[in-house]
Amino acid sequence: MPHAAPSVAEDEVARFSAQATDWWNPEGSFRALHRLNPLRLAYVRDNICEHFNRDPEKRQALRGLRVVDVGCGGGLLAEPLARLGADVTGVDASEEGIAAARAHAKLSGLKVDYRVDSVEALAASSARYDVVTALEIIEHVADLKSFLAAATKLLNPGGLMLLSTLNRTPRSFALGIVAAEYILGWVPCGTHEWQKFVRPSELTRHLEGQGMTVTDLTGMVFNPLAGAFELRKGDLRVNYLLAARKA
Amino acid sequence: MIACEVVIVGGGLGGLTLAASLGAAGIDVVCLEREAPSRTRSAAHDGRTTAIAYGPQQVLAACGVWDKIERDACPILRIHVADQDSPPSLSFLHHEVGAAPFGWIVDNRTLRRALEERIAELKRHVRVLAPAQMATLDCGALQARVTLTDGRVVTAQLAVGADGRRSASREQAGIGSYGWDYGQTAIVATLLHEIPHDNIAVENFLPGGPLATLPMTDARRGHDGLTHRSSLVWSEQTAAAQALMTCDEAAFTAALQEKVGAWLGRVRLEGPRFAYPLNLRRAKRLTAPRFALVSEAAHGIHPIAGQGLNLGMRDIAALRDELVRATRLGLDLGHPDILRRYEHARRFDNGAMVLGMDLLVRLFSNAIPPVQTARRFGLGLVQHIGPVRRFFMRVAMGERDTAPFPTPKTG
Repeated sequence: MPHAAPSVAEDEVARFSAQATDWWNPEGSFRALHRLNPLRLAYVRDNICEHFNRDPEKRQALRGLRVVDVGCGGGLLAEPLARLGADVTGVDASEEGIAAARAHAKLSGLKVDYRVDSVEALAASSARYDVVTALEIIEHVADLKSFLAAATKLLNPGGLMLLSTLNRTPRSFALGIVAAEYILGWVPCGTHEWQKFVRPSELTRHLEGQGMTVTDLTGMVFNPLAGAFELRKGDLRVNYLLAARKA
Repeated sequence: MIACEVVIVGGGLGGLTLAASLGAAGIDVVCLEREAPSRTRSAAHDGRTTAIAYGPQQVLAACGVWDKIERDACPILRIHVADQDSPPSLSFLHHEVGAAPFGWIVDNRTLRRALEERIAELKRHVRVLAPAQMATLDCGALQARVTLTDGRVVTAQLAVGADGRRSASREQAGIGSYGWDYGQTAIVATLLHEIPHDNIAVENFLPGGPLATLPMTDARRGHDGLTHRSSLVWSEQTAAAQALMTCDEAAFTAALQEKVGAWLGRVRLEGPRFAYPLNLRRAKRLTAPRFALVSEAAHGIHPIAGQGLNLGMRDIAALRDELVRATRLGLDLGHPDILRRYEHARRFDNGAMVLGMDLLVRLFSNAIPPVQTARRFGLGLVQHIGPVRRFFMRVAMGERDTAPFPTPKTG
């Protein structure tokens, strides 16, 4: 039973499950994620290509790499990675999310190995990967330390971990919760709890405790003039991405 | 059912250029052409020539088509703009803005043949279905779906409307359009003439509408000892144009010789005359979910400055860049982000050109004395102010905004 794992927060799983059918509607509850997705993908692709010495201009830039996307939801990240040629496994604790992901992958004609599972349960199996991605998920887990330990274990030696989350700052409370949920309505109210947001320093400390080396921290900043998010190296105050290497 | 990544409705010059551009980038495309190949390839199908500016030439080079037409493309090295019967009051020389010509004149049949040849080489990625008439277009949340009148169904991540001014796909996608008639008709024909054109394009603004001669490559076999060729685009009030279309060739040639004057020597027609009514039609938006418009389906303008295809080519370059960027991110090619960026990239350029050309037509197609004086004064001004001249020339060359987004590595 995946739900018994320490990192799975039951109330969070139930909330995302209720939205499962909405996953692939670009104007639905996950609209913000759809808008953010090209930028997250660019970061993920570029870091993987740099780490594994691939050409990011190729359509099949990630061919043959084994990638697991933890907290894959409806497959917003897993499907593009599969299109880029990666051999993708998607895990999520929500059965409804995985059902939506499977249905959509079939319609898209893509092969993704979707599983209802916890990261701990997957790590207990013998499955190992070149890349672990966990985007916009760690602020939803119940036990961050257990989650990161399991995610690290899933990596082959020399593997790459890519994370994204929200920083715990006054600004992230103002923008990530008050503005995004209550004023602009980008994400449904109650999506995030500010107390669960993670500071880059905390995340770095946890990862180093697992023997990982953090190689990059980059902010995702909303530019109101362009009406779009952009990557910005020095600004980690709200949303940020992190890359870490396993020895 | 036929599945692909992008389905293009319309297999004219715009649709085929987009098909070749996407195919060359490894994107799987199906292009739907209403007419049978035997018709689109016939001499009676399209008598027009196309002015390919420097920017669009780069688009054709990038998809491997330019090599195939270069031999038949005549460079324009000088542009004369004349106002009615006064001597040329404005003259542009290409080397004022660099080594490249202003553009090249190619006849549409040659361009079409080259595009078809290139598409045949790209058959791993591009299929042209012809004849294939769209019955319905249905852009759903998960895919775009075109049902043909013969019952075949084509599915794709994105549908593109390249089906001309009276675009049926635009209507099916629920995008409105607006426009008006200029009350002018363009008579198009290929001329043979005695004296070489020296790579000069002449645009003479007459009260009935502009008359342009555009330099073409010499004929392989001439008539009456005439081998030099120019393309004629003669716009007239529709009634006058009808008379010019129905009169016999000798009468037409006499009328033409009078308008063109002596600088090309004796002139005659090489082939038939074609008539194209001039109007303006512009789509209210360029995109709808899983749908984008390019070329004349997005904006049909007056050919007064030869900007129609150039504008369309810039749409094609912008859409290609967005789609290539999306494939490198592994995105679904109907992703709203792609369409939003495309719309954003093209809105201003299209709007400016549509307005600019409309203004030009209204300004030049009349003989009201104060307007005429102001016009001559304006032409004189442009002639004498270097930066203004160079700006006009760069616009004419299509350099502005040819690659609206350099393909970014991130973002």
